[in-house]
Amino acid sequence: MISIVDLGIIRGVAWQGDTLEVTVTPTYSGCPATSIINLDIETALRSHGVEKIAIKRALSPAWTTDWLSEKGRARLEEYGIAPPNPAGGPQRCPQCRATNLEKVSQFGSTPCKAHWRCLECLEPFDYFKCI
Amino acid sequence: MPDALFEYLLRLGDNTLVLGHRISEWCGKAPILEEDIALANTALDLMGQTQLWLGLAAEVESKGRSADDLAFLRDVWDFRNVLMVERPNGDFGHTIMRQFLFDAFHLPLLDGLQNSSDQRVAEIAEKSVKEASYHLERSADTVIALGDGTEESHRRMQSALDLLWPFSGEMFLTDAVDDALLVSGIAPDLSQIKPIWSKTVEKTLREATLTTPEDDFAHSGGKTGRQHTEDLGHMLAQMQWLQRAYPGASW
Ligand SMILES: [Zn+2]
Repeated sequence: MISIVDLGIIRGVAWQGDTLEVTVTPTYSGCPATSIINLDIETALRSHGVEKIAIKRALSPAWTTDWLSEKGRARLEEYGIAPPNPAGGPQRCPQCRATNLEKVSQFGSTPCKAHWRCLECLEPFDYFKCI
Repeated sequence: MPDALFEYLLRLGDNTLVLGHRISEWCGKAPILEEDIALANTALDLMGQTQLWLGLAAEVESKGRSADDLAFLRDVWDFRNVLMVERPNGDFGHTIMRQFLFDAFHLPLLDGLQNSSDQRVAEIAEKSVKEASYHLERSADTVIALGDGTEESHRRMQSALDLLWPFSGEMFLTDAVDDALLVSGIAPDLSQIKPIWSKTVEKTLREATLTTPEDDFAHSGGKTGRQHTEDLGHMLAQMQWLQRAYPGASW
């Protein structure tokens, strides 16, 4: 639904001699998807014929939701996840666009999301936390 | 003190490891689904931070050990977490109060560590501080909701606070390790973290209609490794048995 480039976690791709170096930053330090994402990057590059790959972790500058691209934000909403908003909560319900919302919990199905509910259509939804 | 940085990193990593493991024990059996998910997510953040701190500790030690070796193959006396985080979970109120007292310390500590003269330390702190601010927001809100809740929840939160209070002081006790790192600009001054902690704690407890205990006696011995409680041994027996029974197992 959203690429890791649109998510903003790819911080650099560069050739170092004959090795392709990809720099990745984690969204949350304990994100369980990190190792799968790294594996997928390697698989994707191999299928494009790149053989020597080095995946580097960069912690600083720390990932921020500001790095989500416009396209990424739109794709998240299409999928039913409210994109991050600097005001601290979702702008509108990803289902019906209503703005009458309430927070259910600071944490949703993953560390990067919070659990909200729309008071118009009554649907619960995930909100991608702004960090 | 050549080993001061290694000791200090163990303290950071063992606090997050032991507390992270403790709260993960609630996974699948917290009082309500939202809290179950929140605690599991907090545990995940703490485990992620543990990997970073213990990873750096292993690198600094340079004896060929990994973060996993440090987590799974050290015995009780080699752990450097404060005693408060190894306490058994008790009821949900006790778990949340312990989390709050720790979060209120963890956030300003990480904030200070962002300015560390050691760039590797500063980078891990920069990553972790964002997570810790969410943890504190939630644990403080929950302390208020339960303290200022029903008669039963209020009573349980007060008794959790009374029980945990003598364990909170250890977070601010300093020794030669803290002094060495303060002088080299690696770690912030704990005596400056304390008033920030006190302010958060006083404000939150007042809103929660809870009474702050006056005694400032502090149990100690965890962060220096002098003496842990037997509870840590029980926890490690569960956490480490697989690596002990099947050395080198991986998946
Ligand atoms: Zn709606």
